[in-house]
Amino acid sequence: MLTVTDLSVSYGAISALGGISFTIEQGAIVTLIGGNGAGKTTTLRTISGLLRPKAGRIEFLGADITRLPAHQIVARGLCHVPEGRMIFSNLTVDENLAMGAYLQHDKELIAKNRDYVFSIFPRLKERIKQMAGTLSGGEQQMLAIGRALMGSPKFLMLDEPSLGIAPRLISTIFEKIVEINRNHGITILLVEQNANLALEVSSSAYVLETGRIVMHGPSRQLRTDPQLKATYLGG
Amino acid sequence: MSELLQQLLNGLSLGAIYALIALGYTMVYGVLRFINFAHSDVFMVGAFIGYYMGKLVPEHTLWGGLAVLGAAMVGCALLGMTIERLAYRPLRGAPTLNVLITAIGVSLLLEYTGQVFFGAAPRNFPAVFPVRSFSLGGVIVSSNQLIVIAVSVVLMVVLQFIVYRTKIGTAMRAVSLNPKAAVLMGVNNDVVISFTFGLGSALAAAGGILYALNYPSIDPLMGVMPGLKAFVAAILGGIGNIPGAALGGLILGTVETFVAGSEWSTYKDAIAFAILIIILLFRPAGLLGKFTVEKV
Repeated sequence: MLTVTDLSVSYGAISALGGISFTIEQGAIVTLIGGNGAGKTTTLRTISGLLRPKAGRIEFLGADITRLPAHQIVARGLCHVPEGRMIFSNLTVDENLAMGAYLQHDKELIAKNRDYVFSIFPRLKERIKQMAGTLSGGEQQMLAIGRALMGSPKFLMLDEPSLGIAPRLISTIFEKIVEINRNHGITILLVEQNANLALEVSSSAYVLETGRIVMHGPSRQLRTDPQLKATYLGG
Repeated sequence: MSELLQQLLNGLSLGAIYALIALGYTMVYGVLRFINFAHSDVFMVGAFIGYYMGKLVPEHTLWGGLAVLGAAMVGCALLGMTIERLAYRPLRGAPTLNVLITAIGVSLLLEYTGQVFFGAAPRNFPAVFPVRSFSLGGVIVSSNQLIVIAVSVVLMVVLQFIVYRTKIGTAMRAVSLNPKAAVLMGVNNDVVISFTFGLGSALAAAGGILYALNYPSIDPLMGVMPGLKAFVAAILGGIGNIPGAALGGLILGTVETFVAGSEWSTYKDAIAFAILIIILLFRPAGLLGKFTVEKV
C-alpha cells in the first residue's frame, strides 16, 4: 500500500534520514520505534508532504506522491495525526470534526463517520460544543484521531498517540486504534516511544536509529530480541 | 443631551468606517501574521473605482449608489487577491520582516501609481446615494450617516456569517490557529489566504466609498490617515480578533469625534492615540485579544 524507497531528508546541513526503505501492506498495523531524534517524526512528516525529501521516492496505492503538496496527499486517503495532536484549540469539538471532513462532500458519509467517531469516543459527544483547547490531553488525542477518521482515510499515520496522556487513557486509546484497524480495514503506521506498547498492538515493526533502519521484522519476534530488549524495552 | 447624542451618532458612523478597514488588517494578520500596509491603499482604490463608476450611474439614486458600492467591492477584492498572489505568496515561509517591507513597497507603489493615473489634485466624489437630512428630537441625522451605519451593519453580519457558519470561514479560523494542521485536513492554505485577502479588500473598498461619501474630496494619498487609524483600531481590539477590530474601530471613531467637538479639537489625533497607549498598557493584547507568548 505504501512503499518508501531510499528516502533521505535533511534540515539544512544536518541529515535527518539517511536513505530508508520500507513497505507497508494493506490492512496491517506497522510500528516505527526508536529513540529521540531517530527520525520517526521526520519520516511521517515527509510522507504526508509537510517536509520535502532530498532524495528517494514515496509510493501510495501505486502512485508516486513524493512531490505532491500535502493537501493533495490527504485527498488520496493518507491521513497524518501529528505529534502534539495539533487540534484547533479555539474551535469547538464539533468544528474540529468538521475540519476533518473538509474534503468530504457526501453529507450522509460525514454523518456516518461522525456517528462512528462518537461510538468509539463517547467522551467527544459529551463535549461537542466545548472549545477543543479546554479538553484534557487524552480527550485531545481522541479528538485528533476522530478528526482524522472524519476524512474516511485508507491509511492513518499516528505520531506518539501516548505522549502526555494519563496512563489509564493510554490503553483505551490503543484499544481503539486496534479496533479502527480491525473493523474498518484502515492501515496504520504507528510511531511510538513506548516500544512495549507499540510492539504489542502491531504486526510488524521497523527500528530506526539516527536516520537509518537498523532492524525490522514481525513484532512478536522483535519483542524477544535480546538487543532490542536491552535498548528499548527496559531489559 | 442632544449634542451628546449628535456627537455619538457622528462618532459611530466614523467608527463604523474605521471598523470596516480594521477588519481587513485583522483578518490578514490572523492567517499570515503580518500587517498588510497596502490595505489602506486598497481603500483608496475603492474610492477611485467609486468615483469613475459614479459617472456611469445617475446621481442621488439608491440603486446607483449600491451599484457603485458593489463595483468597488468586487474591483478591490480582485486587487487584494492579485497583490497577495504577486507580492506576498512568493515570500511564504520568508521572515515576517521581509513581508512587511514588501507590504510597504506595495503601499508606495499603489499611492504613486495612483498619482500618475488619477493625478495628485483632489477630486470631488459624486453624491451617488440620495442626500437628505432628518431631525430627530434635535439630533440631525443625515442620510449618509444612515447609509454608513446600515452598510456597515449588513457587511459585518455577512462577515460574521461567513467566518462562523461556512466551511471556508471555519477553514480561515483553522489556518489562523494552526496552518500545518489545516493542511493535514486537506485545506489548500493558498486558497484560504487568497479568499481572506479578497474579503478584507472588499470591506476596505466599502469603507472607501462610505468615507468618500462623507468626506468627498479624494486623492491618491487619502488612505494614509484612515488606514493608520484603522490599524490602530485593529491593535486596540486585539489584532487577529474579528469582533475586536469592529469594537476598536467604533471606540476610536467615537473618541476622535468627541474630542474634535470639544475645546481640545486641535489634539484630536493625539488624544485618540494616547487612549490607545493607555489601553495597551493595561491590556497589551488589546481589548478582546488573548495574551499569548509568540512561539519561536
